[in-house]
Amino acid sequence: MPDQPNPEGSQNARVGSRIGLFIPCFIDAFYPEVGIATLHLLERLGCPVDYPFDQTCCSQPMVNAGGHAESAATQQLFVDNFSDYEVIVAPSGSCVHQVRDNLTAIEQTPAVQHVRNNTYELVEYLHDVLKIDAFPWAHFPYRVGYHDSCNTLRNLGHGKPSELNGTDFSKPRALLEKVAGIKLVTPERPDECCGFGGTFSVTEPEVSSRMGRDKVADHQRAGADYIVSADSSCLMHQAGCASRSGIPMRFLHIAQILNGSVP
Amino acid sequence: MNSPEQQSGSNSPRAESETQPRPARTPPNRRVDHRAAARQFLDSPVHAESHDTRVWALRQRRDRTAGAVPEWEELRETASQIKNHALTHLDQYLEQFADTAAASGIHVHWAADAAEHNRIVHEIFERHGVQKVIKSKSMLMEECGFRTYMDRAGYDMIETDLGERIQQLDEEDPSHVVVPAVHKMRSDVSRVFSKTLDADAANDDAHYLTETQRQATRPLILDADAGMTGANFAIAETGSFVVCTNEGNADLSANVPDLHVASIGIEKVIPRVADLGVFIRLLSRSALGSPITQYTSHFRAPKSGGEMHVVLVDNGRSERLGSDKFWSALKCIRCGACMNTCPVFRRSGGLSYGATYTGPLGLILDPSIDARRYSNLPFASTLNGSCTNVCPVKINIHEQIFEWRRILVQDQQVPWIKRSSLAAAGRVLSSPKTFRAAIRTTQSALYYLPDWAIYNRLNSWGKERDMPTIPGEGTFHDWYRNNRMHDRNTNKDTD
Repeated sequence: MPDQPNPEGSQNARVGSRIGLFIPCFIDAFYPEVGIATLHLLERLGCPVDYPFDQTCCSQPMVNAGGHAESAATQQLFVDNFSDYEVIVAPSGSCVHQVRDNLTAIEQTPAVQHVRNNTYELVEYLHDVLKIDAFPWAHFPYRVGYHDSCNTLRNLGHGKPSELNGTDFSKPRALLEKVAGIKLVTPERPDECCGFGGTFSVTEPEVSSRMGRDKVADHQRAGADYIVSADSSCLMHQAGCASRSGIPMRFLHIAQILNGSVP
Repeated sequence: MNSPEQQSGSNSPRAESETQPRPARTPPNRRVDHRAAARQFLDSPVHAESHDTRVWALRQRRDRTAGAVPEWEELRETASQIKNHALTHLDQYLEQFADTAAASGIHVHWAADAAEHNRIVHEIFERHGVQKVIKSKSMLMEECGFRTYMDRAGYDMIETDLGERIQQLDEEDPSHVVVPAVHKMRSDVSRVFSKTLDADAANDDAHYLTETQRQATRPLILDADAGMTGANFAIAETGSFVVCTNEGNADLSANVPDLHVASIGIEKVIPRVADLGVFIRLLSRSALGSPITQYTSHFRAPKSGGEMHVVLVDNGRSERLGSDKFWSALKCIRCGACMNTCPVFRRSGGLSYGATYTGPLGLILDPSIDARRYSNLPFASTLNGSCTNVCPVKINIHEQIFEWRRILVQDQQVPWIKRSSLAAAGRVLSSPKTFRAAIRTTQSALYYLPDWAIYNRLNSWGKERDMPTIPGEGTFHDWYRNNRMHDRNTNKDTD
């Protein structure tokens, strides 16, 4: 993609940049504690954070289902809300991928390009920009299976996907390993999709649920007490599958652990 | 190309009491319903579980053999560049191939579409008084509906690839480009052979079944008037073509009868013999996790006293080559790695796609064959991107799936209800006020909120999954207003 933005080349992202916090619509509605943990974490790391009050959504619901023209007004609203900030940070990989790579239904004005080039997913921001090396306030004495969402892994580059040859790395695991007491466990299929897939979860509910159950069961066999991810949408789907099929699994967003906002 | 494991088969499971799920054929002018077929497949738990396990095992073997090649990612890049070059100079390489092949005594034919391909081959057979034909596996012939055409014309067409033969005897399409009967258990194969080859219905031992098929097919091979193959690669420099199999069946098809006809898609041409090594190193490692296929056969001239024909087939390929977004799908070498890694394919089975090409490859090829009929297929994906990463020629498969969704909605190939609810979602999400009202309750939030609620009703989410609940303390938005706006307003007042 020739017009792909390059956040790593951004001049704005540095310690002290004014952050516009984007709380995706489903986190806003169903997981406010994830939004609160993200805000607290950024603030205790010394970041000035604003929450633009008229924000709604990144426009992914329409675009994921093929509706680009239908997404234009939502994309414009997103840019209007966030273009005044040096950087935008969101605790959701799929929304950040949408903003960075697919905010293309509207004219690519300087404001739009600024927003696309300066939007970060939380783990990237902590790992690549702030380069945090300790979370002294966090303590989590449990076995954790980390769920790499497909968007963070294969579109944002959180780690090395299992399909590619090369040196292993994982930004979210590198952060979690700094949390006292935590033990990371690895399922048999470490980065197989959990079956959420946005619109897929309702266009193909049977396959989607089956994948979700398989994913949770794989973590359970690996001994996980918690499944943790940087994408609450995957977790919402997996939690729904686990509770329906009676698998006792708990789910947390990575922000909640890094912020120490859970036991 | 068929899996050696499928041949030895001793590990292949059986499903005694569960019959093989068979999706209904989609009538002409109807959309293929992938969801319904996938649901039916999952309702046969032994088949579904076994399919996922066996196909995932191919992906794991691919990882191991690819991982043992330090320059694997460079190989993929080199293969991709060779294909880019060949496809952007296709006219020149095709003519070079045709001229060089003709100079070696091969008869070269050009077919613009499936109908012309079928007619050309039919005419060759008529000229030679052919009645009985053996063939090896060819996706292009599947694409052309060639066997059906010849059956109607009164010819005996015998598949020589074991998996294809099973599918032929069972009157079913192949479900995978490399392992066509991978959706079947050996108990299913036993049922097919007992009906068609007079095999002992009580014996589903894999060795017994394989030997039964072999004994039944060998006389047909020896008796055939003509043999057909496809080709994995056509080499412009030498005018030769290469067929890769694990059973040697292409060699039988090509060499036993005096007449050999090869059907080759025009995108198969590569410039030089030296390029071939790159693809051979990638092909079987990607497909089955073996370093190379058992047989890699080069054909460069008719045998003495025999005749060799090559039919170069376009059938939509030139048109695809002119498409900005989709031309690179022509780089495909039909290894099936995208199917093996696809979590949706593994759980829904290849027949659920109702098309010649299945899995991720099918999602990007089938809609250009018939946009309306296959309009559901690009939505049968989570866009997880694993297919793109395993592709040995680096086709951006998941991005093309995404692009097909845009085109199908824009060209109004998806149902009206879906398009109108996209517009409704767009209206809600572009208005802060409407949006705030919409997420007051779980019901309305799940309806209006992201991806999962665009046009389906709640039961789609809730059928096999529990719904999230709206937290008692309200949304993040509420929390922020109550805890932070107040401070901000107070500060402002005191300023």
